[in-house]
Parts: sequence; structure tokens; C-alpha cells
Amino acid sequence: MLLLLAAHAVVAAVLPSVVRRWGSRAFLLAALPPAAVVVYVAVVLPRVLAGEPVIESLQWAPGLGLSLTMRLDALAAAAALLVGVVGTSVMVYSVGYFAGQRPGRTAAALLGFAGAMLGLVLADDLLALYVFWELTTIASFVLIGHSDEDEEARRSATQALLTTVATGLVMLLGFVLIGQRAGTYSISAILADPPTGPVITAAVVCVLVGAFAKSAQVPFQGWLPAAMIAPTPISAFLHGAAMVNAGVYLVARLAPGFAEDPAWRPLVLTVGVVTLLVGGWRALRQTDLKRLLAFSTVSQLGFLIVLLGEGSRTAALAGVALLLGHGIAKGALFLIAGAVEHETGTRELPDLSGLRRDTPALAVLAVLAAASLAGVPLLLGGVAKEAGLVAFEHGGLADIAVLVGLLAGSVLTVAYALRLLGGVFGGPPPGRAAAGGTPWALAGPVVPLAAGSLLGLAAPAVDALVAPYADQLPVAPGGDPTYHIKVWPGLTVALGLSLLVLVLGALLHLLRRPAAQLQRRIADALPHGLDVDRGYTWLLDGLQQVAMAVTARVQVGSPPVYLMVVALTVLALPGSALIVGAARGTVGPGDLQAWTSVPEAVLVGVVLAAAVALALVRQRLAVVLVLGLVGYGVAGLFVLRGALDLALTQLLVETLTLVAFVLVLRRLPAQRDDPHSTWRRAARVMVGCGLGVFVGALGLIAADSRGALPVSDRMIAMAEQEAGAKNVVNAILVDFRAMDTVGEISVLLVAITGVASLVLVTRRTVRPGGRPAEPESHTEQEVAP
Amino acid sequence: MSTGIPPDTWLLAGRDERLEERSLPLELATALLFRTIVLFSLYLLIAGHGSTGGGFAGGLVAGIAFVLRYVAGGPRELRAAAGGLDPGVLLGAGLLLVLVTCSAAWLFGEPFASSAVLQLTVPVFDELKLVSSLLIDVGIYLLVLGAVLDMARLLGARGAPEAEVPEGLELR
Repeated sequence: MLLLLAAHAVVAAVLPSVVRRWGSRAFLLAALPPAAVVVYVAVVLPRVLAGEPVIESLQWAPGLGLSLTMRLDALAAAAALLVGVVGTSVMVYSVGYFAGQRPGRTAAALLGFAGAMLGLVLADDLLALYVFWELTTIASFVLIGHSDEDEEARRSATQALLTTVATGLVMLLGFVLIGQRAGTYSISAILADPPTGPVITAAVVCVLVGAFAKSAQVPFQGWLPAAMIAPTPISAFLHGAAMVNAGVYLVARLAPGFAEDPAWRPLVLTVGVVTLLVGGWRALRQTDLKRLLAFSTVSQLGFLIVLLGEGSRTAALAGVALLLGHGIAKGALFLIAGAVEHETGTRELPDLSGLRRDTPALAVLAVLAAASLAGVPLLLGGVAKEAGLVAFEHGGLADIAVLVGLLAGSVLTVAYALRLLGGVFGGPPPGRAAAGGTPWALAGPVVPLAAGSLLGLAAPAVDALVAPYADQLPVAPGGDPTYHIKVWPGLTVALGLSLLVLVLGALLHLLRRPAAQLQRRIADALPHGLDVDRGYTWLLDGLQQVAMAVTARVQVGSPPVYLMVVALTVLALPGSALIVGAARGTVGPGDLQAWTSVPEAVLVGVVLAAAVALALVRQRLAVVLVLGLVGYGVAGLFVLRGALDLALTQLLVETLTLVAFVLVLRRLPAQRDDPHSTWRRAARVMVGCGLGVFVGALGLIAADSRGALPVSDRMIAMAEQEAGAKNVVNAILVDFRAMDTVGEISVLLVAITGVASLVLVTRRTVRPGGRPAEPESHTEQEVAP
Repeated sequence: MSTGIPPDTWLLAGRDERLEERSLPLELATALLFRTIVLFSLYLLIAGHGSTGGGFAGGLVAGIAFVLRYVAGGPRELRAAAGGLDPGVLLGAGLLLVLVTCSAAWLFGEPFASSAVLQLTVPVFDELKLVSSLLIDVGIYLLVLGAVLDMARLLGARGAPEAEVPEGLELR
């Protein structure tokens, strides 16, 4: 499994250069990793379904308890199969779709996404899952912003990113709460012994917020229709079949452990049903094929959230089956929409009609997929939805309410599926000449997906795949503990309801004109505040204004002000804590000794004298020299105490600082002048002295308050044998604390690069449309004419 | 140290400075000391594991050697001294070397940044001990030297600034 993940990453890394050479044919190479996933899962499937999950683990920071553990159980296998199958089809389809283009970045991001999605479904660690979760978000951002010069694309990409990342952080908070309570971040361990309590309820809400946003549930659904600006293969994969399922998958993953939480069921069922209805309602109104499919996806994801969040065995059976059924049918429909657009140059329903004559094969595939989506019996979607209705048949009032919601949503689904089919393939043939049929490069990859809908006829096989997961869940009161997904359940209530839904849906389709008028009237009557797109824009604008207001107040551009703020904060917080501690007698200096040797006393005298002089000297250059004197004096004190490495470094840094100061000071007036009033200067002197006294006192006290054994003894003892070093300071830097050193030199590199950019930017002070110059450039502009 | 200076000239770049801005003793001292200081910095780098020194101190000393050339001869002298050493390359190479050395431990199944010691008996040096963390020190040395050179080059440009921006730096 780890190898498969690595394969995705490696192929994605080389893909851009391959695309440059091979053009869109490189997508065939990109199809290999997802295909390998399908093969791998198929091979281990018997073992997994027998209740023996495949587990692989990579330790990467054992000291922190962090490892990358992959666990392939029945649920993960179903999801991985879906990702692999749709991924392979989409990659092959892309060969034809991107013919003549060289979308290297898109190809890499698409495959990278497939890898991240695989990692997400396989991860057995909440934190690893979160990382993969965000990786899919980033891939989605890159892919939606495919044409980065299009402003609409950039806006949509940003909307998707902000929505899912912001809620992703909320989810991370939930993960941390759960992980800390459970004492482990391993998902399987947490589910085996789920923690409970009010904290966990809060955590569950946080996690659900993240899952809802990722799966475009109300009120976070706005980003998904906007994401339709991406090329069709991307919409099919990310926003039809894979990424949007991440939230649903997470709900399914956690349901066995947390469905009994008091917050879980009300939240999941309400949000799911509302989303189902809102999505279906909006889908009915769309004229753009892809936007119609997007709202359909929103709606069906609501259905899935209801089924998989319910947390009962029957609902889970139906849920996983519908996850598969919806994923492949929606993938197929998106690809068909792309093929239609490819052929006719439009995807607006009013401009399309009668395509059944031009593209009979495509029409058959579309009917198959749309019928499965609409829940026609015998097809996979129909079989799954029937099982879903059964799950809510026997319950109390709440279950009946959910059932009514599901039925109403399904009626809408049938209506818009008919509208889609009738609009594109039905009606009179187009007036223009036939375009010559859809190329098989585009229609071919749709075949396995659309044909997947026929898996409803192989319901026992589907049942075998989904049952091991569902069996982890309790049977709902009144439910049938031996219920299984069947091809033909017999004349049951659920079948009757399914047929009723089909009839009502067809009726709604026939009455589409009055229905559309009604919809328009209702939309006009609703307050604008309910429009999520408007809400998103409003939120973003508000955030930007607040940010600008805060920045204008906080970033005043005056170093003295910044220093004062820092100094006052230090004095106010740790400073007052120190005073309180000293007053209570909990902290205090230990045995103090004025000096240990005469040279030490002399050096201290020099340092003190230099420090006082520093405040009095008015020549800038002299200030720097006196400051250097302080530094050299301190280095001398280090030498006297035998800290040669420290002294050496202090001397060298002091020297270089001196040079840097001189280089900068050349550009400033020789005298420093202080235009401020006397009392302001007095305030600065007081704050400065206060800070000095505080740091001195802290040093005296901290050196003597030791709560734990010093690590230095152990390091000195270990330096020779562990690091092979006689110089302990060096051993600490390059061995014991090498990780810190890596961080520090990275900071150094970033800092010097930042200084370089600042200096170079301010050199070119006249930049058309440039940002207001940085503080440094002010001085340069004023002084160097 | 290939500086491109003809053998008969010690401080070529200082030649076009105006006379009153030059200090002959400083130029002489620099010419005499530059190589010695660089050598000392290398000593500090290698000796660091056993006695005072290390990559950080070594890099700073090497940087001071170059700063000395700058102080004596101005930006042109600095460029002549640095030769082909691009600060950006030094910075990147240093960090890369450290990261590669630290990650190499994974190949041996050890945690990040574990070190290895190699004891050799070589004719001249008798006992030679090679420690993998020396490579980390070398990386720090390169990075620190790059940082100092960058600073000297950026802050040290004088006069009409545009003319003095070193070639290629604008791209960053």
C-alpha cells in the first residue's frame, strides 16, 4: 500500500516532463497507478472481506509517536476501489479530452490527488488522515484554478480552498480533542474503545463541520457548483466521484464509534436531509449541464450522509452501496457531459436537443447512468436506495420525517435526471449537420462506469463487499438483523415507495414549466441572506476589511513603537509574574557572589560603563562601536568562564554585526536626533531600564530555580561515545540537537533571503503600481538622493 | 583560491578607487592575511568536533575574510575575491547538504539525523576518525558563509544603487 502511494507520488513528479514530450498521451502513464490500486485491492479483497485487514506501517518520528499506518479494511477497500476505477477511467478519458494540449501541471495534480485520496481512505491515523485530507484540498485548488489567467477560475479555486481549509482546521481541532481523550490517534484503536463525554460531543461537532464542508453539505455547498469551472475530467474525478466523498467517508469511518453521541444523529440527519432537498431543488433549475450535475452531487451527498451517519446496519449497507453506485454513475455522467460539450461546443440545456441520433452509444450510457442515479430498481443506485428506504421504515417519528425527506429528495432526483436526459438526447434533432459522432476516446472510458450501474443485478456480490463494514454497526430497533441487499426484494413497502417516487418524479418532469415558475417565485421571495454565494462574498469582504483595519493600526511602520510594545508586553506578563512570585517567596535568587576573579570584575565594569555610555552618545557610528564594546566584554566573560565556543561565536558575530551596522549607517545622518518631547524620551528610558532590570533579575532567579535534572550532565557523558565528539557544544549542535540546527539554519536562510528581497525592492524605489515602500526605503529615499 | 588577479597585482580591484579613499596598510594586511584567515576557518570547521570551533564559527571566520577584502577594496574587490561563489548557491547547497546528511540516516533504518562514526588507521595520520556529522558542519559552514557574503554584497553596494546590484540578483 505504501508502495502504491509512493508510485502515485513518483509518477506525478515525472508527469510534467512526460507531458511535454508525449502530449496528452501521458495520461495513459498516469492511469497506471490508479489501475494498480484496483488490481491490488482485488487481489487482497478475499482476505479483507474475511475480516483480516491489511496493515502496513512506516515509522517516521518514533520519538513523537508519529507513524504512517495504512489499514485496508472492507470500507477502505470499497472506497479505494471506487477511487481506483473512476481514477483510471478519468485518466484514459483525459487522453482524448486534452488532445492537442500539454497540461503538465494539471496531470501531475490530478494524479497527486488520486494518491492523496488513496492515502485518505487507507490512513489509520487521524493526523495522517488530516494531512491527506488537506493534500486533496490543495490538489483541488490547483485543479480548479487550471486556467490561472481566468479570474472566475481563480475565485472558484479560492472559494473551494478557503471553505475546505477553514473547516478542515475545525476538524483538526476535533481530531486533537478525540485523540487526546482517547490517548491515541489510531482510528482503529479509537473505534474499538470510543471515548465519550461533553468534550467528545464538541469534538464530534468539529469533525462533522469539516466533513460537511468537504462533502458540500448545507451551508457549505457553495464551493462545489463554483468548482465546475474546472475541466470536465477534473469535475468528474474530484467533484463527482472522489474528493467530495471524503466527508461522507469520514462520517462512515467514525459512525461505528460515535453514532451514539448525542450531537451526532440530529446533526447528521438534519444536515443530510436539508442538503438532499436543497441540492435537488437547485439542480432542477440549472441550465448548465455541469452545474446541474454539481447540484445533483450536493443532493446525493446529502443522501449518503443520512445513510452512513444513521449508524444502523441496514442504513450502512445501503450507504456504502450507494457510495459506489453514485460515484460511478456521477463519474459517467460528468464524462458524458464533457463529451457532449466536446461535440457540440455547449453544455447549456436550452441549446441542446436530439443528440440521440448523433450519438446513440452515448445516449444509452447516459440513460443507464442517469437511471441508476434516479434510483430505478435493478440498477445499483436503485437497489441501494431501496435498502436505504428500508432502513427508515420501522422507526419512530424522527425516522418517518427522514423517510419523507428522502422520498421528496428522490422525487426531485428523478425529475432532474429526466430533464437532463430529455434536454440533451430527447427532442427534435438539431438543425445543423451531425458532428460525426463522439470519438471513442471520449465514449470508451465511460463504458465501464456506466456499465457499473448494472452491478445492481449482482447485488449479492455488492452485499458481500459492504456487509463486513455494516456488520460493525448495531441493528436499528425494529430492523431486520439478517437484511441483505437483494436484486429483487419482492413486493415490499420499499419497492412500492420506489415506484411511487418514479411516478411522482415523472409527473414533476411533465409539469416542469409551472414548476419552474413556482421555483422562480419562491426564489424571489426568499431573503438574499440565504444565498450562500452572497454570504461567502460578504464574509470574505468583511474579513478583508477587518484585516486591513487591524493591519493599519498594528503595522505602524515605526521600529520604536514595535520595540515599546514588545518591551511593555514582556514587563506586563512575565514581569508581573516574576514580581508576584518574588513577593510570595516562591522564587528568589540563590547564593549570590559578586565576582570570582579580578579580571571578571574589570570586564563587568567595562561592560557597564559601555552600556551607560550607549544611552548618552549621539553619534550613530559611536553608538555602534560602544555597542560592540558591550558584546566584546561579554565575550571576555565567556572566556573567563571557560566557554570558548561561546566566546568565539560571540566575538565573530559581534564583529560581523559591527560591519553590517556600519554598512547600513552610511545611509543615515551621522547624528541621531530625537524630535520627541522630553517626557516621551523619559518614558522610553524607563521602559528600557525596566526591561534591563527584569532580564537581569530573571537571569539571577532562573539560574537557581531548577525543577528537573540538567540535561547537560547526560550530554557531556554521551558526547564521546554517541557522537564521537570531544567538543560537547559541537556534539549538541550537529548530533543531539541536529533537528534544531536544521530548523535554525533554515531560518537563517529565509531571513537572509528576506533581507535580500527588501534591499533589492527598495533599490528599485520607483516601481509603477508598486506597494508603498518599506520603512527602510524611506530612509534610503531621504538620504541618498 | 582563484581570484583572477594577475600575479603581479595584489589588490587589483582597489586600483580605480580614488587615492584618498584607500589605505595602503589595510590593503597590505588584507593581502597577507586573506588566505591565512580562510585556512583558519577551514581548521575551525574540521577541528570543531574535537576542540573549539565548528561549522558556524568557521563560516563566520571565512565570511570575515571576505568582508576584510570588501573593507579594503570596496564592492569590486569583494566580487573579485568571491570569484564564482554565488551566495545564493552557497546558501542552498549548505541547507541541502545538511538535509541530505540528516535524511541519509533513514536509509540505514535510523531516526532522522543519527550520526555514524568511521574509525580508520591511515599511515600519516595514524588514527583518523571520520564522523558523519562533519558533513552537517560543512553544510552550516557553507550556509553561514553564503549569508555573510550575501549581506556584504547587498548592504555593501554603494553610490547609485542600480549600477551596483550584482548581476543575476534581481531575479531572486
